Amino acid sequence: MLDFSIMADALPKLLKGAGMTGRLSILILLLGMMLAVPLAYARNAKSVWLHGPASIYILVIRGIPSLLQVFIVYYGLGQFGFVRNSVLWPIFRDPFWCVIIALGLNSAAYTAEIVAGALRQVPKGLVEAAQALGLSWLQTQRKVTIPLAVRAALPAYENEIILTIKATSLASTITLLDLTGAARLEVSNTFAPYEVFLTAGAIYFSITTSLSWLLRRLEVRLSADHRNEERSVKEFQPVLPGVPDH
Amino acid sequence: MTMEWVSGYGLQLIFGAVTTLSVALVALVVGTVLGISLGTAKIYGAKPLRYSAEAYTAVVRGVPDLIVIYLIYFGGTVALTKLTGEYVDINGFAAGVAALAFIFAAYAGDIFRGAIGQVPRGQTEAAHALGLSRRAAFFRIILPQAWRLALPGFGNLAIILIKQTSLISVIGLEELLRTSSVISGATRQPFLVYFVAAILYLIITSVVSWGFRNAGIRSNRGFA
Repeated sequence: MLDFSIMADALPKLLKGAGMTGRLSILILLLGMMLAVPLAYARNAKSVWLHGPASIYILVIRGIPSLLQVFIVYYGLGQFGFVRNSVLWPIFRDPFWCVIIALGLNSAAYTAEIVAGALRQVPKGLVEAAQALGLSWLQTQRKVTIPLAVRAALPAYENEIILTIKATSLASTITLLDLTGAARLEVSNTFAPYEVFLTAGAIYFSITTSLSWLLRRLEVRLSADHRNEERSVKEFQPVLPGVPDH
Repeated sequence: MTMEWVSGYGLQLIFGAVTTLSVALVALVVGTVLGISLGTAKIYGAKPLRYSAEAYTAVVRGVPDLIVIYLIYFGGTVALTKLTGEYVDINGFAAGVAALAFIFAAYAGDIFRGAIGQVPRGQTEAAHALGLSRRAAFFRIILPQAWRLALPGFGNLAIILIKQTSLISVIGLEELLRTSSVISGATRQPFLVYFVAAILYLIITSVVSWGFRNAGIRSNRGFA
């Protein structure tokens, strides 16, 4: 059946690839979050000039396969002379940065939807109360809206983290030796697809499963009341004046 | 240039898009059947069946789609070569459909499980009281009502599936993305070609998502 010596031989190479997968995931998530927060505020804004472009960006990114986005950045941009002659060409020539840009822009759209939804979930009454207490807009965001939004966004963002880790496997299509790329290379050397891909799959599975377990623990810790874990999982519902308590 | 586009490349891209749609459609049908089976196994199944269904979902969700596709394509080739004794090249369409259906089922299973669980218990009890067999109660009473509840999640999954078909390009199936890569090699205008492909994908996903939204509205007629 399975040849375990091939698996043992492949393991160090695959783990090296997993290191690349980890680096890519972290940089993609950072870029995605940096862009997602302003995008989310724009999406929730009243002005058409803000929420129009943000909504179109999110719609377009979500309507197109991410592999195509990777190809557009890596192969597509090189078509233009001004890109090839610009100071940024060393970045757009490098598959590593191309994957980070393409998947970072992609993650930004999905994360923006999560953040925008979480911001909308913060009860209006709390924001009004903060304003009544004389807090400025920035103070209200920092002390009231953002802490509550982080809690509301966490479950969906966990999912986004796992999806991003899995999406980095697309890097293998543009010659990067991430976990999937390393596995492909090893298969072409040994022609033992079961052994190598099953080992790679097991590494991915242990990363995503242990991470989602850790994130769930974090979610429980950050939730409103961690003296009673069962209660804290329930949705945060502040008591508001004039609202009958069921 | 323009003529080439209209007569040759444009048509090729359309053919690619048709292949994309056929892969998605076949995978959707197969994946839905598998997904309903997984969902019912998780609700009604005996313990071993239930645990295997849970394990299947966890594993497929924890691994990138590309790994599943490679495993089925290359693994299938090796298995068939060993079985028949001569080199067998697996059909990219079949391998792609199988991989996408397996992935789709892992997610659809939980959507159907949730939807079936939301159908009021009284419906099952009423069906039994009327003397319907368990099978008839499931297919004629529970499933038709669960469909309405599953529709929003199912629509999202269908759109994800359409985008996932682009991954099949890595095993050489000439769907929309693969066709675009071939044309961009010939024309040396990768940005233009991929841009056209992006618009085609956007049209397909927008139309399908509009269709599911309408279906959702229709299916909710008469409900508060």
